[in-house]
Amino acid sequence: MANNNNNGDVKLIGAWPSPFVMRPRIALNIKSVEYEFLQEQFGSKSDLLLKSNPVHKKIPVLLHNDKPICESNIIVEYIDEVWSAGPSILPSDAHDRAVARFWAAYVDEKWFPNVRGAAAASSEEAKNAAVDQLKEGMALLEGAYVEISKGKDFFGGEKIGFIDIAFGSMLAWLRALQVMLGGVKLLDEEKTPGLCKWAAKFSADPAVKDVLPETEKIIEFAKLLVAKIKAAAASS
Amino acid sequence: MEEVKLLGWWMSPFSRRVELALKLKGVGYEYIEQDLANKSQLLLEYNPVHKKVPVLVHNGKTMAESLVILEYIDETWPNNPILPRNPYEKAMARFWAQFIEEKCNGGLWKIMWCKDEEERGRLVEEASHCFRTLEGELKGNKFFGGDEIGMVDIAANFIGYWLGVVQEVSGMELVTRDKFPVLCKWMDEFVEHSVVKETLPPRDKLHAEFEARLGAPSWKY
Repeated sequence: MANNNNNGDVKLIGAWPSPFVMRPRIALNIKSVEYEFLQEQFGSKSDLLLKSNPVHKKIPVLLHNDKPICESNIIVEYIDEVWSAGPSILPSDAHDRAVARFWAAYVDEKWFPNVRGAAAASSEEAKNAAVDQLKEGMALLEGAYVEISKGKDFFGGEKIGFIDIAFGSMLAWLRALQVMLGGVKLLDEEKTPGLCKWAAKFSADPAVKDVLPETEKIIEFAKLLVAKIKAAAASS
Repeated sequence: MEEVKLLGWWMSPFSRRVELALKLKGVGYEYIEQDLANKSQLLLEYNPVHKKVPVLVHNGKTMAESLVILEYIDETWPNNPILPRNPYEKAMARFWAQFIEEKCNGGLWKIMWCKDEEERGRLVEEASHCFRTLEGELKGNKFFGGDEIGMVDIAANFIGYWLGVVQEVSGMELVTRDKFPVLCKWMDEFVEHSVVKETLPPRDKLHAEFEARLGAPSWKY
């Protein structure tokens, strides 16, 4: 087990393909907090997970001195507050924080459901509708990026912040989706030039590069996932 | 000089949450009622992404999404805190506020608009389970926030007041006194709270609106 000095015992229940799990991993890296990564087996839920998150039974779950914290963005805020001596993740200004939380919520409530919609669409029509929504979302996020970054590399300014983590954690799946949907451009040099630059910088950041999986690995994993979803649908 | 404006709608539990937080903290504000059927230029300018209420404007800076606004209010006016200061307790409060939004309110919303009887039955059972889980979080306290109302109580305002009216209009018996005695006791305390009272829309007006919007016969059961 890692020696964390005064950080206490830190464990994260998760799985490498999950963008939601990537969020606390990036946050812990930013704070240089060592943790034990307890990976769930694909297709089953461990007793520890079920005990730690009885309400949702989902990953990620952060266990800090055996106290569980659930929901990825809530975990990231917790990490930022507990390890306040490290580089800050949420902005210091209250209004900027409100803007950051607004966009993190947007990614989860409005944008991400269309990723699932596009990937798991049963008809061409449904798929195209989801892709259109995604593209609209990308345009909004491009506008937000330009406005919030104020010419710097990240939504968080000179360094990665809350929105970067919330949206950047989606990049591996975004890139995989582009391939799986036959070359659809969500990150578009013409339409979303800011986000294209941002995506490259984010992916290369030291706190991120070992966490964000290769696009090919996600594509491989997506095939397994889709097969599982189809099998479940066929048997019900 | 502090200038606080709130764009809201009398019937919206979301904009009422913000009013409640401002009143709990004794923050003066200008309330601007919105006509959601004819969205104002102001609303479209201040919340171009969602075009919804509530929108809070503080010294010219705008923000949207009620739970996000609640956090801003608590950070900006720290008296009478609605969130715990301890990071773990705070994470728990945020968790339950989100649970209420996604599972409880989300579940209720689906039930309210579901026309298929069998599907509705299934949704009611699912929602019941969520309400049981939520009820468990009171842990013998008067409010989710303990002795005083906090963010979780504010987030649960639809359950605390609007739900009663919806159940009356529809005949739905989801949260009843015999099934959820503890949660109903919380509802009683919530609506009787001196500040909460000031933010509740008039019951008869709410009743009439739900009757009209939810469409009468096909929806009652």
